[in-house]
Amino acid sequence: MDPLKLSLFELNKAVQQKKISCLELTEFFLKRIEKLNPQLNAYLAMNLKAKEQAKELDQKDLSQFKLAGLPMGIKDMLCTKDLKTTAASKILENFIPPYDATLVKKLKKQGVVILGKLNQDEFAMGSSNENSYFGAVKNPWNLEFVPGGSSGGSAAAQSAKLAAATIGTDTGGSIRQPASFCGVVGLKPTYGRVSRYGIIAFASSLDQAGPLTANIEDAALMLEVIAGHDPMDATTSQKKVPEFSKNLTRDIKGLKVGILAEALQGGLHPDVEKSLQSGIEALKKEGAEIFEVSLPLLKHSISVYYLIAASEASSNLARYDGVRFGYRAPMNESGSTLDEFYSKTRGQGFGKEVKRRIMMGTYCLSSGYIQAYYEKACRVRRLVLNQYNEAFKKCDVILSPVSANPAFKIEEKISDPLQMYLNDLFTTSTNLAGLPGLSVPFSLSQNKLPIGLQLTAKAFDEQTLLNVGLALERNSLVKTENPHVI
Amino acid sequence: MNSESIKKTAQLAKLALSEKELAEVTDQLGLILQHFQKISEIPTDNIEPLLTPTEIENFWREDVVQQELSPEEILQNAPLSQGHLFKVPPVVG
Repeated sequence: MDPLKLSLFELNKAVQQKKISCLELTEFFLKRIEKLNPQLNAYLAMNLKAKEQAKELDQKDLSQFKLAGLPMGIKDMLCTKDLKTTAASKILENFIPPYDATLVKKLKKQGVVILGKLNQDEFAMGSSNENSYFGAVKNPWNLEFVPGGSSGGSAAAQSAKLAAATIGTDTGGSIRQPASFCGVVGLKPTYGRVSRYGIIAFASSLDQAGPLTANIEDAALMLEVIAGHDPMDATTSQKKVPEFSKNLTRDIKGLKVGILAEALQGGLHPDVEKSLQSGIEALKKEGAEIFEVSLPLLKHSISVYYLIAASEASSNLARYDGVRFGYRAPMNESGSTLDEFYSKTRGQGFGKEVKRRIMMGTYCLSSGYIQAYYEKACRVRRLVLNQYNEAFKKCDVILSPVSANPAFKIEEKISDPLQMYLNDLFTTSTNLAGLPGLSVPFSLSQNKLPIGLQLTAKAFDEQTLLNVGLALERNSLVKTENPHVI
Repeated sequence: MNSESIKKTAQLAKLALSEKELAEVTDQLGLILQHFQKISEIPTDNIEPLLTPTEIENFWREDVVQQELSPEEILQNAPLSQGHLFKVPPVVG
């Protein structure tokens, strides 16, 4: 039996029918990690108790589990009890959470074995995974290219099959863009669908966690496991969580798909443009009704997003002060001022990009500037949401590229932060409006790098998103190919 | 954006930045904010700021005392601690 050929549903069944044990499955993935991780730098810390936990699961009645003994990797933004959680930052280098994030708890409850923690941009700030304190992650399709970010480790590990599935977080595209660059499915749920409790906060009104998987069916199953109201996160919805995997259908006849007009107006890499065109053809063939929809504010969404995200981050990251947990700068024993104590610790503990965003956010929130920057951005944010609401009066989902280009080379953009930010053109507006977004691997560029297509749906309509995703996946050229590293 | 306002911002953010870092961030933030400032052209009269994307309903629960984490668990990540207290170096001013 080749575990890599089975869906999560089939793997779960195989474990329940004792065709393979949890321990065997865990050892299978640990061996792959041992072999491939040194090239990829996807895993930061391994769960040394993984085998022990798998053995314990083998003694249990697994018949009620949905993910029995399935080994997974978790982005280092999510707290895992007794397993180091760093957000890929020096300031949390030795942080060992005393509790599990709700999402992690939910996975464990369904029988998941946590293999380890996955690399990312520091505090999820970045689009290339080059901002990790622990070094860049490499793209499994070509080691000279970035895997995308910020969930670069989650995407690379899923792509190289170093886990049955992985978890990422998405504040402005951080699940969807790396999923696109690495040829895997990436799902950002609706804001409020999945609990943020125990997830290291970056920008609280934008952050949402979700799965990166080998296929759409796996993403549907993962979402139904991790979703739901959590008393520990007041922003989670009390809506009933549908059985996404059971309701999954690729019959999209008559469904209205809006093609993002702004994506058809030029500016796309030729390979991405080709991919979008064949995506449109594929959905036509599947019986969807296709027409253009416009989001005229799209070109401003990056500005709005970065102003809001940086402002929220500067406030959220105030907690790293060297007093209660995390890094503390060596201090003069004869005494120092409180300002020196905080400033030295933070100056030494945070990396370049994080400091840049804290500076931007602090500036935008400071007296005299808050109206022109933060508040103005929040007003435009409402207009962005209004535009989506108008668009969704006409269509069920919106199709667009995930990124205007396939993966770029390591170090190609890192010296120019503005260029790096502009890379997020098609993903940030989804977070501003709190909508669900899906990246479906669809085609390959001329130099054999995967390209994903993005679907966006109405709030809490992940089902339609996944159904259209399934129809796209049927026509995908990526699913028959394997990354170079394999 | 000038070096004066950047220094003041770094103070507000409690970030000790080197002269080199200050110079770099002054240039970069200047360019970035100049680009972002284009949103000032968008008319937003009578538009309420949107602070969070979904309507949040209040979630009621009984007010029951719960034991979440022990003091030992909370202190396990402290850079320095003594008894049930966080320990910090002497602070003057």
